[in-house]
Amino acid sequence: MNLTQIFDVLVVGGGNAGLCAAVTSQRGGARTLLLESAPAAFRGGNSRHTRDMRTMHEGANEYVTGPYTEEEFWDDLLRVTGGETNDKLARLTIRESKDLGEWMPTNGVRWQRPLRGTLHLARTNLFMLGGGKAMINAYYDAASRLGVRIAYESEVRELKVRDGEFLSALALLKGALHEVKAKAIVIASGGFEANIPWLKEYWGDAADNFIIRGTKHNQGQMLKELLKHGAKPVGDPRGCHAVAVDARAPKFDGGIVTRLDSVPFGIVVNKEVKRFYDEGEDFWPKRYAIWGGLIARQPDQIAYSIIDAKAMAYFMPSVFPPVGAGSISELAAALGLNPPALAAVVDEFNRAVRPGAFDPGGLDDCRTEGLDPPKSHWARRIDTPPYFAYPLRPGITFTYMGVTVNEQARVIMQDERPAKNIFAAGEVMAGNILRKGYLAGFGLTIGSVFGRIAGREAARHARG
Amino acid sequence: MPEAELLKEAERQLMICNACRYCEGYCAVFPALELRRTFTKGDLIYLANLCFDCRDCYYACQYAPPHEFAVNIPKLTAELRVNTYRDFSWPAILSGLFKRNGLATSLITTGSLIVILLLVLAFKGPAVLFGAHVGEGAFYRVVPYAAMTVPPLIITLYGLAVLLAGMFRFWRETRGGLSAVIDPGALGRATQDAFGLKYLRGGGVGCNYPNANFSQLRRWFHHLVFYGFLLDFASTSVAAFYGHFLGWPAPYPLLSWPVVLGTVGGIGLLIGTSGLLYLKFKSDRLPAEGRMLSMDIAFLALLLLTSLTGMLLLALRETPAMGTLLVIHLGTVGGLFITAPYGKFAHMVYRYAALVRNSIEQRRRDYP
Repeated sequence: MNLTQIFDVLVVGGGNAGLCAAVTSQRGGARTLLLESAPAAFRGGNSRHTRDMRTMHEGANEYVTGPYTEEEFWDDLLRVTGGETNDKLARLTIRESKDLGEWMPTNGVRWQRPLRGTLHLARTNLFMLGGGKAMINAYYDAASRLGVRIAYESEVRELKVRDGEFLSALALLKGALHEVKAKAIVIASGGFEANIPWLKEYWGDAADNFIIRGTKHNQGQMLKELLKHGAKPVGDPRGCHAVAVDARAPKFDGGIVTRLDSVPFGIVVNKEVKRFYDEGEDFWPKRYAIWGGLIARQPDQIAYSIIDAKAMAYFMPSVFPPVGAGSISELAAALGLNPPALAAVVDEFNRAVRPGAFDPGGLDDCRTEGLDPPKSHWARRIDTPPYFAYPLRPGITFTYMGVTVNEQARVIMQDERPAKNIFAAGEVMAGNILRKGYLAGFGLTIGSVFGRIAGREAARHARG
Repeated sequence: MPEAELLKEAERQLMICNACRYCEGYCAVFPALELRRTFTKGDLIYLANLCFDCRDCYYACQYAPPHEFAVNIPKLTAELRVNTYRDFSWPAILSGLFKRNGLATSLITTGSLIVILLLVLAFKGPAVLFGAHVGEGAFYRVVPYAAMTVPPLIITLYGLAVLLAGMFRFWRETRGGLSAVIDPGALGRATQDAFGLKYLRGGGVGCNYPNANFSQLRRWFHHLVFYGFLLDFASTSVAAFYGHFLGWPAPYPLLSWPVVLGTVGGIGLLIGTSGLLYLKFKSDRLPAEGRMLSMDIAFLALLLLTSLTGMLLLALRETPAMGTLLVIHLGTVGGLFITAPYGKFAHMVYRYAALVRNSIEQRRRDYP
């Protein structure tokens, strides 16, 4: 590939947002280059681990079971963010999500009819047939048919920017450094959750024990460069979406299968064999989103979900088999915990359990009394052998900090002026809209909407 | 892979699928595995035979190699299927035929051809091979009527018996009950799925064949092969009826049922088998399993050869080439039918049984 030519648009990052930007920019008549830091087999960033996308829609169709209006969408967003969002950009995202259900299939993406694995999201979210990697494959195929140049194992290391104007990028392409010139640049390179030294700046050594659920290529290099060149940051630097995952998960790219939802059906202790939070506080997704952070604050960032035989049927099967034993003491020994201590914690819990009508589908009245911390729902005695345990660690999905953008996806500089030709889409700017909390499938919505906007505006700028 | 190791590996991979479930829209395998939390040997055999090797899940898989989880369902299930064909065939002493099926099929077919040739030479002499024969009973002047009907009938009945016994064992080992079979609704659904090749549709997008791009070609080629084969089978049956009951011996005129059915079927087979062979040769080897690939190619090549020689025989039946072509055609047909229960032909019975099983358990949902 001739990289000495001046491209119209350079897209950095080949996940959902970058691909949406690249196909839109190329369709807009701009000669577009997409640089993806991963090798082809691992292309697509965290999008390869996704499955569904939240879109506004007026009624049921083949793929969603009912309407999801702008107002309901908006209310859901306000609820999870506690109102901390950029109203204008959030409204824009919701409205522009409306036609994604039709636009994405024009790029080869296919939807799936609602089936059993769709997690109560069948009304609000569209599910990709085959999941995120199938979606990414379709986009790459569409992009290369359109004539987008694509280079893998191409990591952009530095940006040359003067007064909010992008000049060129220094990229390491298969080991050799190149200067790539383009009239406009779209940064769609994700967050920095795979950059452990960076996470350590906020979390200290605890970050060594974090498991990164997605790609190891999200090093945040472009975020760092943009901030260095005066882009205005958005979102809490310490903020990250963390869920409880199986401690035996691989360090990177474990994706969906390592998450564990056994917590509400038993108790959770830390390595000192102490309970530390109400396991029955709330439903998925709220509990899903808080347990990662809770475990991150425990000694050595590890915890153990302890359940008995009768709990096994109530949560999605996990990829690793549980540790099992005939008695609580044996289970403790197998986990390397103090056996008398675990037996005492379970005894104390069992004594505190009040009788109630167990209902895994609702906030039932099975709770404890006189226990600290309490367990407010789904509290049943742990008394049916065999006993099982899953070791848990914080699993980081994404980071919230990013750069500020406007409605054209232009990066805003610290003096509040928009950059001339620098655009951002995807996780690197999602913090404008979602800077805390979590709404299933909303990351892809932001990425798709702003990817398209960034691609359109970058092409427009490049073609004058 | 040794059996115990393979079953363990299969369970490891399916546990990953069961925790992920992203592929449930592609085919029946994933909704079926979602009904289970553990996987017995019977479950694994059943699920493997429910897989139509469309490979959509392989290219969609975030855990496919080089990911350390190394999930490769098409390769895994192909390996389990070859073992199914081998373990459920009878007699056990012939199970070695599944090890290098391509070689075995070629040798058996060559043997069949040589035997027929030697018999013709011994009983009819070389002259009969090179003379032109026309008119009623022309074929039987080369190979006598009894020789052309009795051995094939025996071979066919034997093959059917072996395959049915295999199906029975499959049903028993995957814990299917007898009462479950008597479920017309489920049988109807399964038959529809089988005849329509529903699971080569991949949730509407087709197969990832020969590579990561979606295509319906494999399904269309397979249809041509299957229905071509049925038409040829119908042609042979009609011809047998004419010959045996109406006393009207072959060859038949161009506008007779046996010739029309045989020609249409033969053309379907020619196109279908060539197409599938082309897809096989071009296909990605990473999701493929060596023994299965060898079996696929052997079966397709033999079908292609059979239809090709059959069509040539039809075209040149009034020339001196007829004798030689007839011997070659009968040799390949012999090879096809002798190897039927010991090669890819066997997939039909196990796939159908798996579809029936699936149709029953999806109707009952809570099963097992």
